[in-house]
Formats: sequence, structure tokens, C-alpha cells
Amino acid sequence: MTANGWLQIALYLALIAAITPLTGRFMTRVFNRERTWLDPVLRPVERLIYRSTGVDEAHEMRWTEYAMAMLLFSVVSMLLLYAIERLQYWLPWNPQHLPGVPPELAFNTAASFTTNTNWQAYAGETTMSYLTQMAGLAYHNFASAAVGIVLAIAFIRGIAQKEKDALGNFWVDLVRCLLWVLLPLCLVFSLVLVSQGVVQNLRPYDTATLVDPQTVTTTGQAGTTQTQVVRSQVIAQGPVASQEAIKELGTNGGGFFNANSAHPFENPTPLSNYLEMLAIFALASGLTWTLGDMTGSRGHGWAVWAAMAFLFLAGVTTAYWAEAQGNPLLTAAGADQHVTALCPGGNMEGKEVRFGIADSALFATVTTDASCGAVNSLHDSYTPIGGLVPLVNIMLGEVIFGGVGAGMYGMLVFIVLAVFIAGLMVGRTPEYLGKKIEAYDVKMAMLYVLIFPLVILTLAAVSVLFPFGTSSLGNAGPHGLSEILYAFSSGTGNNGSAFAGLNANTPWYDLSIGLATLVGRFLMIVPMLAIAGSLGRKKRVPPSSGTFPVTTPLFATLLVGVVVIVGALTFFPALSLGPVVEHLLMLKGQVF
Amino acid sequence: MRVLRNLIVAVLMTVVTTALFGFGYPLVVTGLAQWLFPAQANGSLIVRDGRLIGSRLLGQPFSADRYFHPRPSAAGPAGYDPTASGGTNLGPTSKALIDAVRARVAAARSDNPGTPVPVDLVTSSGSGLDPDLSPAAALFQVPRVARARGAGPAAVRQLVEAHIEGRQLGFLGEPRVNVLELNLALDAQFPVRH
Amino acid sequence: MAHHVQSRSIWDPHILGAAAREALRKLHPRTMAHNPVMFVVEIGSLLTTLALVRDAAVGRPGLGFEIQITGWLWLTVLFANFAEAMAEGRGKAQADTLRKTRTETVAALLLPDGRTETVPAAQLRKDDLVLVKAGEFIPADGEIVEGVASVDESAITGESAPVIRESGGDRSAVTGGTRVLSDWIRVRVTSDPGHTFLDRMIALVEGAERQKTPNEIALNILLAGLTIVFLLAVVTLEPFAIYSGAPQPIFVMVALLVCLIPTTIGGLLSAIGIAGMDRLVQRNVLAMSGRAVEAAGDVQTLLLDKTGTITLGNRQASEFVPLSGVTERQLADAAQISSLADETPEGRSIVVLAKEKYGIRGRELADQHAVFVPFTAQTRMSGVDLAGREIRKGAPDAIRRYVESAGGTVPAELQTIVEGIARSGGTPLLVAEGGRALGVVHLKDIVKGGIRERFAQLRAMGIRTVMITGDNPLTAASIAREAGVDDFLAEATPEDKMRLIKREQSDGKLVAMTGDGTNDAPALAQADVGVAMNSGTQAAKEAGNMVDLDSTPTKLIDIVEIGKQLLMTRGALTTFSIANDVAKYFAIIPAMFAGAFPVLMALNVMGLKTPESAILSAVIFNALIIVALVPLALRGVEYRAMSAAGLLRRNLLIYGAGGIVAPFIGIKLIDVVITALHLA
Repeated sequence: MTANGWLQIALYLALIAAITPLTGRFMTRVFNRERTWLDPVLRPVERLIYRSTGVDEAHEMRWTEYAMAMLLFSVVSMLLLYAIERLQYWLPWNPQHLPGVPPELAFNTAASFTTNTNWQAYAGETTMSYLTQMAGLAYHNFASAAVGIVLAIAFIRGIAQKEKDALGNFWVDLVRCLLWVLLPLCLVFSLVLVSQGVVQNLRPYDTATLVDPQTVTTTGQAGTTQTQVVRSQVIAQGPVASQEAIKELGTNGGGFFNANSAHPFENPTPLSNYLEMLAIFALASGLTWTLGDMTGSRGHGWAVWAAMAFLFLAGVTTAYWAEAQGNPLLTAAGADQHVTALCPGGNMEGKEVRFGIADSALFATVTTDASCGAVNSLHDSYTPIGGLVPLVNIMLGEVIFGGVGAGMYGMLVFIVLAVFIAGLMVGRTPEYLGKKIEAYDVKMAMLYVLIFPLVILTLAAVSVLFPFGTSSLGNAGPHGLSEILYAFSSGTGNNGSAFAGLNANTPWYDLSIGLATLVGRFLMIVPMLAIAGSLGRKKRVPPSSGTFPVTTPLFATLLVGVVVIVGALTFFPALSLGPVVEHLLMLKGQVF
Repeated sequence: MRVLRNLIVAVLMTVVTTALFGFGYPLVVTGLAQWLFPAQANGSLIVRDGRLIGSRLLGQPFSADRYFHPRPSAAGPAGYDPTASGGTNLGPTSKALIDAVRARVAAARSDNPGTPVPVDLVTSSGSGLDPDLSPAAALFQVPRVARARGAGPAAVRQLVEAHIEGRQLGFLGEPRVNVLELNLALDAQFPVRH
Repeated sequence: MAHHVQSRSIWDPHILGAAAREALRKLHPRTMAHNPVMFVVEIGSLLTTLALVRDAAVGRPGLGFEIQITGWLWLTVLFANFAEAMAEGRGKAQADTLRKTRTETVAALLLPDGRTETVPAAQLRKDDLVLVKAGEFIPADGEIVEGVASVDESAITGESAPVIRESGGDRSAVTGGTRVLSDWIRVRVTSDPGHTFLDRMIALVEGAERQKTPNEIALNILLAGLTIVFLLAVVTLEPFAIYSGAPQPIFVMVALLVCLIPTTIGGLLSAIGIAGMDRLVQRNVLAMSGRAVEAAGDVQTLLLDKTGTITLGNRQASEFVPLSGVTERQLADAAQISSLADETPEGRSIVVLAKEKYGIRGRELADQHAVFVPFTAQTRMSGVDLAGREIRKGAPDAIRRYVESAGGTVPAELQTIVEGIARSGGTPLLVAEGGRALGVVHLKDIVKGGIRERFAQLRAMGIRTVMITGDNPLTAASIAREAGVDDFLAEATPEDKMRLIKREQSDGKLVAMTGDGTNDAPALAQADVGVAMNSGTQAAKEAGNMVDLDSTPTKLIDIVEIGKQLLMTRGALTTFSIANDVAKYFAIIPAMFAGAFPVLMALNVMGLKTPESAILSAVIFNALIIVALVPLALRGVEYRAMSAAGLLRRNLLIYGAGGIVAPFIGIKLIDVVITALHLA
């Protein structure tokens, strides 16, 4: 670990803190339909969209209609993506003439992008045409991010309003989120990325002549060896920057290329890397401010932010420590993992030199805290403890800033539970910002909390028992269990990153993980919106000194405690057989 | 019932927003990028003598002794295949990984005995396209390259040092050496006579 | 006001025995299903029992560990049942005492033709008229329609001094099972048999009518949810264990599950609820529903009657203010003489003040041919006539009339003094001798000692106090200031009260109040917590959701505390229960997989001897902690008047952090013991 590494981490958090009020205030204005400086340009576009789609701007929806509209939009747009994937061969902008995507993979990808997961069982450069990438995948990056944000806004409205049945209009929220929040940021950000070297074109792949042609000997299936001379390098191209920008800002994470943000064309420089990391938290963190703003308790927004920041710091510290510490087995094999001025040291397997250990560990933490899932290094090759951090981040429910919107409403469910326990402990019917938390709310919150481990643990348990699950493993021993746990956590948590040694493009994994992403998104949204609707209808009890304050460090501590305890208690047994035992075995020098 | 009404909106909304964000937005960005940053937008390509020889941002395989070798790559059989980007995904307790590293260490040591082998030189990157080496890993190879080119190690070392890129803005990332650029400079400065 | 807190020892052997029997009876699945957490434990115990039988049948050797695990699992269920049975037992014991008073009484039923007929009390119906004479038990709840009597209500209230009950007004309600000591009354029965106050009281303390309160339901959902989560974690652990080459026997899996699910709170939850009601009963308050008790904990506004709650209820002399030309001593002397025979508290306080301030001693007036003139509603003054002197004291206008009718004049100065006293919150009492006004006695409402501190505590708890009084705003403001209440409602009419309650409620606040009169009934019904005085009318008792048998208005504050304590106990034990899991993981997980992965013993931070002893210790701890916490569940966690943040910090520290640490110590100790005993 280096001072420079810590400086980057500390500055990162400081910058996020500084961005939070900016994006947060802006989102408050946008969703309260107040005037912004973008109105002269965007208002006419907005009205045109309503006119052409038949949206009644003044109509307000109950939580049930809000949920229905959201589901209908998701289903329709998911079907469209599925169709584009299947038909891409006959569609334009396919310079490499890539064939249609097979059905299971197309389903998996459609589900995963609609749910903001962006789990990728495919390699982008050899599977998806430019059209699919742009109009299918990058489009869903916008749509799913906007859906997440507006759901969080609906929840916040439920808390903020008094005895009101409606939560807003889904279509209006969606359009405003797309136009005001996502579009301008992405336009600017994608051009900044291009300036760093991220490609943005529609040209066919280029072919370069190698300076040093390579003679390669490959062993065929029948044991025959084949020697071949490689003289050229095909350089994959595409409209990458426009997708890269929304991929981070919308916490989608689906890379244009297989190597995702480790790929130099997606993430060419340490600066592009830093900006991408900032973009991942920018909106999710801003929503904590929006929460404070809309509910009239800025302090509460910051308390939630602090809880998230604490969990983030705990994660990044652990990951950075573990990766900088390196892998004793590599040392035994003769590699020098010491940090010097000329070498980053540490566990460099699966990491890029330009990012080194600190920026890799930071990225891994950020991308899994948020349900982004972009990666700039391979989590599968992290040390057991270093890899435990992203896994646990996801298992905690993707609430450490979390996916845009999804992190906010996920955290709000945890807040409901935390406040419930706290309320009991101070001898009052629990209330949250003046809203009484009653049996119905607890029931829905528990349902939300329950679905998550149900999907992860059940599907993982099935996978480890049967050959169709274990035959995909890229690593044996405890690490194999980690790979499977990670896959279903990532899918259900709508993260999308992977312990990518697992070959996930099999019928079983395509279907099961596709299903996990859908359940992890939509089945959890319904109880969440039900709570929002229930809270929205309630009276707001004025606070008194008998009310447990939700603006204090004590509250932040309690919230952290609830998130950690719920997550840890649920997953500790499974983790003890995965990363925990692997770490202990690694120290003993065992390999698999 | 509002289901039908919302379904119609859903269909129309999907169409309209796809047009705007699936086509309009990327095309606008492409136009702006091609206008403002044409070199970067097209892959920071390196053309020598009218021939495309690679991208500044993408690593290339080198295995001849006279060149600096990049990090091991899992992208494609020859490595550094941009149509097959990715890493080994081998876990920390993978026998395959540890055995491979041990073999690479042994090979590296025969080039430059007695010097600790920098970890990045014997581990593969996540992208399989890592264009960089740590300065230590580049310097480690100086004796071999100098020997193969019949050049003075000090001169080669100087060339490497001249190619060390510091941290961006002074604190971002890690110091590094772009292997392709270093090897091109090597060819220019210490040409090998065939 | 007899504070008759029946402190019953927690370990009363009689209750213990009954509870033990009841614990077994509660093993019936239909009963267990009410408590999802413990139901899961019972199913787990059944599973291990079956597995044990199977293993024994095939003659597997060395079943010591399996037998012990199974035994402790059953004990866990029994302990939880026992805790509930004990809480119920305490209520039952109370109910038995009450039942004894419900002796087979007969009633003298008044027939329409005026004759009486003797019928068993059980046959009385609503609206029957009965005659009750001295020495007889009142056969049913009712309202006196005629007569006045002193009644011994000790059976219900524990208060031994008889009370006066009379027809009309606010003291007309009588309770079945109480006894008329003197005179006779005619009573209209107001409840059908089985629905009398006594019946309801018995049912309540027995817990027979116990319905789960809203917060209890919510908590139950939380606990059921957690149980499912742990069920998932444990059930899916088996496949992971198989993958890792370390499949686990069912004993171990069930042991892990039972240790993880929140059995501590699950086992004690209903006991906490029952005990909360019990605590109210011990303070002589009957809550008509558990919901009301919970609501009491949420109260944000307390409406308190001034008289009896905030002030002693009697005004006392605090100062003699003479008119010019009269000395203080003269005035004091006259006032004292006129009060010597006045047995009202005001009168007595004048005598006391005169003695304290001027050393005027009581004198024997009998030889002076003194004639006392008692207070009447017509004259509104009292006094004494003795040898040539005629002294009167009374309300300002009454005395003024008296002086003027005697040909005297009232100086303007008097009016100033009277107004000054009124403005300061006092009551002026004029004293005159013959036709001459001497001065004014300043009577003051005396605020109860310690009440100010009590209100400060309430404020710290976030509760606003509002004083209700019939006094004028000036007087009310002055008393309010002295007592430290947050607000007051002066010259309050029942409608004003109602309006105030509704306004507070529309702000989202919960309101509690006490009342006794029939005109209080609407407000009592409207308030979230309405405490009717037992001395009050039947209408008031029907309208409120609690009855204070002692009829002490300050009881409201106790009720709020009990309500809070009830919730806090649940919250604290929930936190404790969940926090316990950390240590249990550290005991059981390494033990489970030590065979396949000896390196996992690194997690055995407690240094438990063997895998068997580790698992057994965790299970034993889990069972014993239920018993160990029974007293806490029954007593409730200590309540302190402090801000919510302070309370939370304190409880998180004790039950959260303590809940993490305690089992580490407990499990280690049990491990040491059972290893020493060679049990594992």
C-alpha cells in the first residue's frame, strides 16, 4: 500500500462528497418539475414526446399503476432488445457480419440489460453488432438506469408526502430523467472519454501488421499440434464512448468489449479510469441529497450518505490491503510482489499496469458497491479476501450507494427495518421521518429482504450439486464455490460483474441467471413500491425528542449495523466454505 | 382499466426513446468525436510507412529476444488479440496459475539472473491487451535486449527511462512504459541488421 | 390513594409448578403454530428425534452427542413455553384472587309492581333493577338510581377505605362484587352476566382475551422473515458442504438452524406482552386492550386535569393581606377564630398559617358561647359568632354583600388586593368582622411536590403536557408556570377538551387523558389513551380504554412508561437475540467443517475443545438464555426518562454490543463445564 494509493482513495471520496449536492439538487429540481437552465432546449422535446406517446402530464399514479407502467415498459423494451439480438444479422451496422444471438443467450442478455444488471455471458466484440450495441444495449443502459432512478424518487415521494395516494407519473418521471439527468451528462462525459482515447466510430475492424510476427503452437482436440504464424492484429472498433458514458453513469456496467473497463479502448488512461469511477457513484450518491432535500431533512440525507461511505471505506480498505499484500503462492513461485517506485507490486494477475493495485481495488469496490458491474481488473483473480470484498458488497444488497435508484430504494428498505428496531428500542411505535412503520410495511420490507438470498442461495445450491452447474467452473476447490456464489449474487443483485472463470454461456446459467436478474429486479421492486404507497398514505407525525432522530451518527451506525448483520448472517455459512476457507488454505500453501 | 392505455404508451415510449437514445445520441456523439478528436475516436492508431502497425493503446505480442516483451496475455492463442480480450480468470489458489507463474519466473531468471522478477512481468493482465509494463519489468529486460541487439545496456536503459510515463496529473495510476512505443523506438535507435 | 403494588415474586413456586405443566401442554402443534419461530424449533426437534430413533434402530454406536443435542432442542421449546406459561400463570394467580370475590351472590330483584324477588346474581340482565342493603354484595355492575351508600371496593381496588356512592352525578357507578357497608341503594344493572367488569378484569389478567398488538404483529413478521432467511442459509449450506466434501448430519444442521433463528425473542415475545399487561394490573390499571397499552408508549400529548393531578386539589392559605388600619396580626387572629371549627382543608390551612406566622394557638371556644356558622351554597361564607363578635369569611362578593347589609362600606383598596391575588393565580378569601372588612386571606393552589421534575422528564421523553382547568386564564397561567407544564387550557368545557384532542390528533399526535365525569366520556373515547377513574361514572368507564382502579390521575404517567417499557423490552431482546448469532457462527461453523478443512479452526476464536462440545455448547447456551432472560422479560427493561437518542444509544450498547459479547463468554463457559463433565 502506498501513500499515493491512499491519496487517490481519499480524494475519490472527497470528490464524491462534493458532487453529491450538485447532482442531488439538480435531480430534486428535475423531479419536482421546477425550472432548470436546460428547459429552453429540453421542454419542447419533452412535450413532443408526450404528444407522440399520448402521455397525460397531469395524471398522477397510485403505486400499483406506477408499478404496472414500469413493468409494461420493461417488458416491451426487453422484447425489443431480444428481437434486435436475434435479428442483428439482417439489420444494418453489422460490419463484421455477426450472426444472430442464440436464444438462451439473447434471453439472458435481454433480461440482464433490462434489469440494469448487464451480466455478460458473451464477448461483445465477437457477438454483438454495432446496431445491437447502440440501439439495444446502450439504449437499455439509459432506460434501466432511468427506471431505477424514478423508482427511488417515487419511494422518496412516498416518505415526503402526507396522506396522498399517488406517487407521481411514471412516464413523466422517466422522460425527465432521460432528458434532463442522463442525456446531458452522457454527452459531455462521452466526449471527455474520447479525448482520453476511448474509440467512437462505426467503421469495420482494422487490421494491423505485427511488428514481431508470432509463431504459435496450438494443441488440437485430438492431441495434434498445429503451428501457425500470426502476422496481424485485428483491432476491434465501434461506438464505444457513447456506451461507456452511460455504462458508468447509469451503473449498468455492460462493456462494449469482453474485457470491459480493463480494455484500453474502454478505459485508456488513469484519468479516464478515475472519471469512470466518479461517474459510477455520481448519481447514486446524489440521490442521498435528493432524499434529504425532498423530505426536508438534509441531515438525514447526509446520515444515509455517511453510512454508505463508511461501508465503502471498509470495503476499499480491505480490498486494497489484501491485493497490495499479494498472493503468498506467487511469492513462493518466485514473483516479486514488493511495492517499489518502479513497480506496483501486489497481486497483479488480472490487473492492468496503468491502474496498478490501488485503482484496481478501488474500482472493484466501487463497481460492486454500486450495482455497476463494470470491471477494470478480473475479480476472479483477486486474492480470496480481495475477492471477498466485491462479493460481500453485492451480498449486502447493493445498497452502498448502489445502482442508480436501486441503491437508494434498497437502502430505504433497510432504513425501514433499522428504524423499526430502533423505534422498539426507544419504546415507541417505530416511525420514519414521521411515518409510522407498521405491520404491512415490515411485511413488505421482509419480503424484499427475503427474495434476495432466496434466489442466490437456492440457485447456487442447485448449481453446486449438478454437473450442469459444476462443469462450467473455471477454478476448482473453494474458489469454484465462490465463482458460483458470485454469479448468482451478481445476477440477483443486478450487478453484472463476474468471477468470470465460470463459463456462464450454457443453457443452465443463461436461463437461471437471466431469471435471477428479473426476480432480483422486478420482484423486489413490487414490495418496495408497496411500502412507498403505504407510507405515502400515512399521516406525518411531528418529531419530538421522543422520536429517534435519523440525522445522527448513531443512526448511521445503526443502519450500517443492520445492513451488515442481515447480510453477514445470511451469507456467512456459504462464504466460510468459499473465500474464507480459501484464504486460510492459501496461507497454508495449498493449490487446486 | 389503465393497463391497455399504459401498454400503448409503453410501446410508443420504447419506440420514441429508442430513436432518441439508441440512434440519435450515439450518432451525435460519433459526429462530435470524429470532429473534435479524430485520432482518439478511431483507435489512436500508429501508421508507419503507410502501414497500420497497431494502436498506441493496445499491447502487441513480442517474443523475440531483441524486443521488450509485454506481459503474458490470455487474449487469443498468440495473445494480444483484440477480438478476444480478457484474462485468465485463474483464482489465487489455482494450480494452473501458480505453475505458469513459476515457469515464467524461471524463464525470466535465465534472462537476468539475480534480479527479483517484477510481478507484472509474470502475470497476465485483465484485458489481455495491456499496452504497458511497469518500469521495473521493462528495466528487468534491458540486459537481454541489449545483448540481442549488440547495444550497450546503459544506452538501452536510458531509452527505457526516457519512455517511462509518470502518473497522470502527478498522482493518478502507476508509472509505466508503453511496450509498443518502446520497441518502435528501439528499432529506430538500435536497428537490427538482418 | 393506596399504592398497592402486589409484588409477586418471579419465582413463586406455585406458579412455577403450574407453568411447568402448562409448558408441556403447549407442545401441541396447533398451539405452537402461533409462534413461527418456536414452531420451527419444534419441527427441528422432531426431525432429530426421528433421526435418533433411526440411528438407535440400526444400532449406531456412541449416540451420546446426538441424544444430548436432541434433548437440548426439546428443552429449548419447553423453556419458551415455560416462559409464556409463567407470564400467564402470574395473571392467573391474580385472576384467582379476583374470582374468590365473585362469590355466589343473590340479588333482590325489584319487580315492576314494587315487590322484590330473590334471584341468583347470574340471572340478572341488563336494565334490571335491584335493591342492595347494608352488608350485602352488589350483584352486578350498575348505576345507582336512588340512594346513597358507603361501599367497600377493596376487592377490586385494594383500597380499604370505603367510598361513597350516590345516585346522580359522577359517583353513581357501582361494581359487582363490591359490598355496601351502610344505607341502601337501588341499582340499575348495566351489564349482562359474563360481561361484568369483574369478568372482564379476570379475562384480561388471565390473558384469555389477549390479542396481538400492532407492533407485536409487525415484530412477529420480522422474526418470521428472519427465520425463513436462516432456514434458507442452513438448508442451502448442505449442498455447499457436499460440494466441499463435508456433508453434515441432520443433528448439526438442526442445531445450527435453531441457534441462528431468533429463539430468544421468539420464545419470550408473548411473555413480554402478557407481563406488560400484568405490570399495569399491578399498578391497579386495567387496560381494555393491549393496543391501548402500546398506544400509551406513543403518546405525545398528555391532557392532565389540574386538580388532583398537578395541584393537591385543595387551596391553602399562604398570606394574610390586611386593609390599611388593620394589622396583619388582627386579621390573622380573626381568620383563625373563624376557621377553628372549619374542617375544610382551606380552613385548616388558615389555622396552620396563623400558628406558623404569628404563633396564634388554638383556643378553646366552647366556653365563649361560640356559635359556628357553616358554609352554605346560599350564603357562600362561613364564620363564627361569639361574645359580641361576628366574624365571617368567604368569597369576595358574598362578604361584600355581608358588609354592605351590615351598613359598612367596602374600601376601594380591597378590590385592588382581590384582583392582585386573582391575577397571581390565587383565590382571595375575604375576612370581615361585624360590618368591617379586615382584609384578605390569600389562598393558593399548591402544586404537588416533585411534579415539576416529572414534567421535565416527560419533556425529555418528547411528551407535551397540557393542563386542563376550569380556572380563569390568569390563574391557569400562573399555575401552569409554577408546575412547568407546556400548555394549559383554561375555563375548559368538555367541548374545548374535545377540540383540543382533535387538533392534536390532526397534527398526527397521539393524545392521552384522564377523566371521570359523564361529560368527559366523548373526550375519553376520542383520545388515543383514555384513562377513566374507577370512581367515575359508568359512561366514562365505558368510553375510556383503561380504568384506573385507584383513581389517581398521575397514573397516566406510569401508564406511558409501562407502554414504552413494553416496546423497549421487545426491541432490546430482538437486538440481543440477533446479535447472539455472531458468536454462535464462530462456535458452530468451524466445528462443522473442521474435519474437511482443519484450517477453519482458525475461526474457533473461543478455543472450544472439540467440534461436538462446540456445537453442544452453542445449543445449550441458546436454550438457557431463554430461561435466563425470563425475569427480564417479565420485569421489562429498565426505563429511563431520557431522549430517544439517549435511550437508543444505551440500549444498543447493552443489548446490541452486549448481545455480541455475552454468548462468547457463555458458550466458552458451557464448553469448559461440559468438557469437565465429559459430556462431549
